[in-house]
Amino acid sequence: MFSQIIAVTGVNLRSIRARLGSSSVAVIGIAGVVLVFVAVLSIAEGVAATMKASGDPDTVMILRAGSDTEMTSGLAGDSVRIIQDAPGVARDGTGTPLTSPELFVVVDHPLKRSGSAANVPLRGVTPEAFKVHDKLRIVEGRNFEFGKNEVIAGKAAQRQFVGLDVGTPLKWGQNTWTLVGIFDDGGSVAESEIWCDVKVLQPAYRRGNSYQSVYAKLASADSYQQLKDSLTSNPQLTVSAMRAPEYYASQTETLQTIIKTIGGIIAVLMGVGAIFGAVITMYTAVASRTREIATLRALGFGSFPVVVSVIVEASCLAVIGGLIGGLVAYAAFNGYETATMNFQSFSQMAFRFAVTPQLLGTALFYALLMGILGGLLPAIRAARLPVVTALREL
Amino acid sequence: MKFLYLVWRNLMRRKFRTAFTIGAIFFAFLLFGVLMAIRMAFSMGVDMAGQGRLMVMDKVSIINPLPAAYENQIRAVGGVTDITHANWFGGYYQEVRNQFATFAVDPESWLRIYNREYDLPDDQKKAFFADRTGAIVGSDTARKYGFKVGQRVPINGTIYRRPDGGPWEFTIDGIYDSKLKGADKTQLVFNYQFLRETIPEQSGFRDRYNWYVFTIADPDRAPAIAEKVDSLFANSPSETKTNTEKAFVSDWAKQVGDIGKIMMWIVAMAMFTILLVAGNTMAQAIRERTNELAVLKTLGFTERRILWMVLAESTMIAVVGGGIGLALSYTIITLTGDPTHGMLPVFYFPGPAVLMGIGLVLLLGLAAGCLPAWQASRLRIVDALRRN
Repeated sequence: MFSQIIAVTGVNLRSIRARLGSSSVAVIGIAGVVLVFVAVLSIAEGVAATMKASGDPDTVMILRAGSDTEMTSGLAGDSVRIIQDAPGVARDGTGTPLTSPELFVVVDHPLKRSGSAANVPLRGVTPEAFKVHDKLRIVEGRNFEFGKNEVIAGKAAQRQFVGLDVGTPLKWGQNTWTLVGIFDDGGSVAESEIWCDVKVLQPAYRRGNSYQSVYAKLASADSYQQLKDSLTSNPQLTVSAMRAPEYYASQTETLQTIIKTIGGIIAVLMGVGAIFGAVITMYTAVASRTREIATLRALGFGSFPVVVSVIVEASCLAVIGGLIGGLVAYAAFNGYETATMNFQSFSQMAFRFAVTPQLLGTALFYALLMGILGGLLPAIRAARLPVVTALREL
Repeated sequence: MKFLYLVWRNLMRRKFRTAFTIGAIFFAFLLFGVLMAIRMAFSMGVDMAGQGRLMVMDKVSIINPLPAAYENQIRAVGGVTDITHANWFGGYYQEVRNQFATFAVDPESWLRIYNREYDLPDDQKKAFFADRTGAIVGSDTARKYGFKVGQRVPINGTIYRRPDGGPWEFTIDGIYDSKLKGADKTQLVFNYQFLRETIPEQSGFRDRYNWYVFTIADPDRAPAIAEKVDSLFANSPSETKTNTEKAFVSDWAKQVGDIGKIMMWIVAMAMFTILLVAGNTMAQAIRERTNELAVLKTLGFTERRILWMVLAESTMIAVVGGGIGLALSYTIITLTGDPTHGMLPVFYFPGPAVLMGIGLVLLLGLAAGCLPAWQASRLRIVDALRRN
């Protein structure tokens, strides 16, 4: 039995070359599906990777209770002071709490890719911010000076928006700012932002002495509960606290739902379409060899080896198609940087498409599945052909 | 026509292959429908935005509200016929995840300017105008949460807070629908006065609006009027940016950016691949019968007639598969609407795209049939008969 399977399959595989035309159509069909599958999901992976780079597990994000995002939160200066004194917050050598109260607004600034205005996140911070966001490094120019109308821009922001070069003046409304530096933050969402002194930003946006969020470093990994309890049980505060990774995971919910829903619909429809494509290709391949198959059967080969051989052939074509599609997707999309509207923060967020090995693996698995399903029906048909009729067929 | 039966028998000769070819074409056109709906969704209804309506917002960002005093100044500009204002409220029902577009507006002027977008019975409209705590809600949102006319619903705001921290209680005075295709039927609109009383005077946010919308008599004068309005407030603490509603929607759509475009290209490529496979099979089905075509020629069939028969065969497959695919995607998309439940409110299969789909179906049928038919017609009968 096994020797029969191997023999028939060998004949099939070796004869693919003779049927290059119709085989390559099947390969292209499956490559197309895999390409689409990988490309769409690499958007979702890329967004998730950016969010993952943003959430430091030792940092706690404190917002007004009931706000799901910094944009809609608000914390008065008095509340911020109470938060800074809360137990469980890490302190540096001089006893200063490692907390970063921040003000998050958006300004209209043109995008490079369309030339039209987009919401650029502008974040006001205090000197402690650079101790809390400790991955942040200035890679060009220098940091802004506190008390001056100076800003620094993230690397991704520089690539996505018009005119963000060191030394350029930026006029937003009545305020003119000077861009003095570019920063790197390990691929986090902050790289899409522009930062400045919160004390300069507050009056420019008529915010008095209010902030929107406080980022607090934890004294130790397990002081989270202590900090959270003391903040939520304090009658002077109405705040909510969550670990930074949780917060960032929640920040792209809308975007992820859109990408995954649409991506899912596309992948399913295309997958079924491609199976149909594989079926007709394999069917044609089988039909053109009806006499050969019948001859094999007449020689005493069983129908099972014939079935297996057709399915193996289809699977091989599918895997080749899957590899081609995956590689093309990797070459075309991996690392491609773009920015989109993040609906939660109401501002632009840059990210890179991420074609991960896991994604490629899943795609190859689907390709294989499509090949097997696509080969099954033609294979059964080939095996069930009555030998006499088939031999007579042209 | 009398050879239609012959065409039919040819199609039925390999039922299995014909069925699966039709199936592949069917899925390709199902995808086409999704593609067109995605295109609509990511253009955010830019086709519906009015050219004769202009929007005014803060030059720095829409999040900085404009003073209420601007209303009369704008109204006084020549060519302006009507004006209204709105505040983005960020409303949600019970849980933050149940968000929908919620605006605090001046009810009468808002519904005057957007009378085509909101279809509302007159008695509901009257009730809304008379009710300070009233709201009107789109039929999609009403259906999703089971809101009924007359019901009191608690709505929380992500941006505004009541002093007591509780939700706003609105009375649903009306449920609007819209005859405009693709209109956003997810919004909740309520009276600004009800919001105003909860904004503390000293916050500096009372009597300030996120944006104004005004109409003009002559859409051609839009650029000049926009410039005039912006010049009124130049060098003030709240400088403005005025543009047509269409320009704003299109800028907003551009903010979402190439994600939509990339998805569309990808789907288009996928569809093309499937059609390539199907088209190749259809051509193959004819190519393998070249010697039969030669027999027909021998029997006295003209080249033209053979060409017609071949084209009829491939077009029939394309029309059956593509037609059902288009019809089904149109029906499903129209019935279910937005697959993300509220995140892409403008999700439909637009009419002109249906025509484009029909065009593609015919093109597929002709393209798949043409090449083998032409090859067959060029063959000399003797050669063709010898081929096997």
